[in-house]
Amino acid sequence: MKQQKNTYWTLFWSTFQLSAFTFGGGFVIIPLMRKKFVHHLKWIEEEEMLDLTAIAQSCPGAIAVNASILVGYRVAGVPGALITMLGTVLPPLIIISIISLFYAAFRDNAVVSMVMSGMLAGVAAVICDVVLTMGANIFKQKKLLPIFVLAGAFCAVRLWNVNIILIILVCGALGAANLAWSTRKKNQEGGEVQ
Amino acid sequence: MINLQLFWSFFQIGLFSIGGGYAAMPLIQHQVVELHPWLTMTQFADIMTIAEMTPGPIAINSATFVGIQIAGLPGAIIATLGCVFPSCVIVLALAYVYYHYKGLDVIQGILAGLRPAVVAMIASAGLSLLVLALWGEEGQISLSHLDWVAAGIFAVALVVLRRWKPDPILVMAGAGAAGAILYHFL
Repeated sequence: MKQQKNTYWTLFWSTFQLSAFTFGGGFVIIPLMRKKFVHHLKWIEEEEMLDLTAIAQSCPGAIAVNASILVGYRVAGVPGALITMLGTVLPPLIIISIISLFYAAFRDNAVVSMVMSGMLAGVAAVICDVVLTMGANIFKQKKLLPIFVLAGAFCAVRLWNVNIILIILVCGALGAANLAWSTRKKNQEGGEVQ
Repeated sequence: MINLQLFWSFFQIGLFSIGGGYAAMPLIQHQVVELHPWLTMTQFADIMTIAEMTPGPIAINSATFVGIQIAGLPGAIIATLGCVFPSCVIVLALAYVYYHYKGLDVIQGILAGLRPAVVAMIASAGLSLLVLALWGEEGQISLSHLDWVAAGIFAVALVVLRRWKPDPILVMAGAGAAGAILYHFL
């Protein structure tokens, strides 16, 4: 019983700290989690962590939240998953709550406004950088379908105001159909199926 | 009522933001700026900026921010719960499948199909932010209305990011400092 309580507490405190000090989104938190849970606590195998990362990235929602749910589930079942989720969600909840208290008062300040304008241009640059990198990876595959989907989805959302959720559903179905089609083709050719 | 709307909006954001990181951004914009009159485009840009400067996922940061603006602390908690609820269910279901069957092929296929669409949608939302940064809320896009300071900061930041790949937080801090100095003196 005491042992179990300790496990829960360690799960909560580890994820709380990771979440509180991880700037820059989900892809940063994964290596840190690996360090904590694979190398330091030795609760999860190296190989398994890779699979868990793949699942975290495949599921909807924030990668950091997904990854901690998986780690919690692996170590202590569903209660563990709920505890690690809480540990991951609390720091941003607390930090942003505090910031919003000051937001209304600070936003009208001239200096704050200048800093925010500058940072907005910075955010636009960061997102532009992300899009260029991700876009380049898609063009590098040299396949027609992904490029077609990229162009089609951009037009749909930007020019034709198609609902984003509809685009996601259609493109997901397209991906599944493409996989099914290429697996069938491979099987018919009698070639080696990976 | 408003709490229910908050929960439902962020539930959809949580459910359909696939691919992590900025994938949630276009969905948040759609739900809280276009569909519901909860935030102006400037406030949305502010929360993206704040999210970039603080730890934690963008979706959770936005849920807390929007929730607290609309319905106080309970709103923040409800919006955050709505946001993580779909993840929780789906991740646990997949974890179960993984530990029992070890098969994730179909999901990989769906993901491969989604990736280019996610890039396109992030590009579109990013473009909205860029227009806001360079031309302001009225959005009259012409050379005479261009905010040259913002354009300069954007160009320099982008070159620095592409060339040296620094931590984005440093770039943001630099852009903020440059904004304070340049807008003050120009």
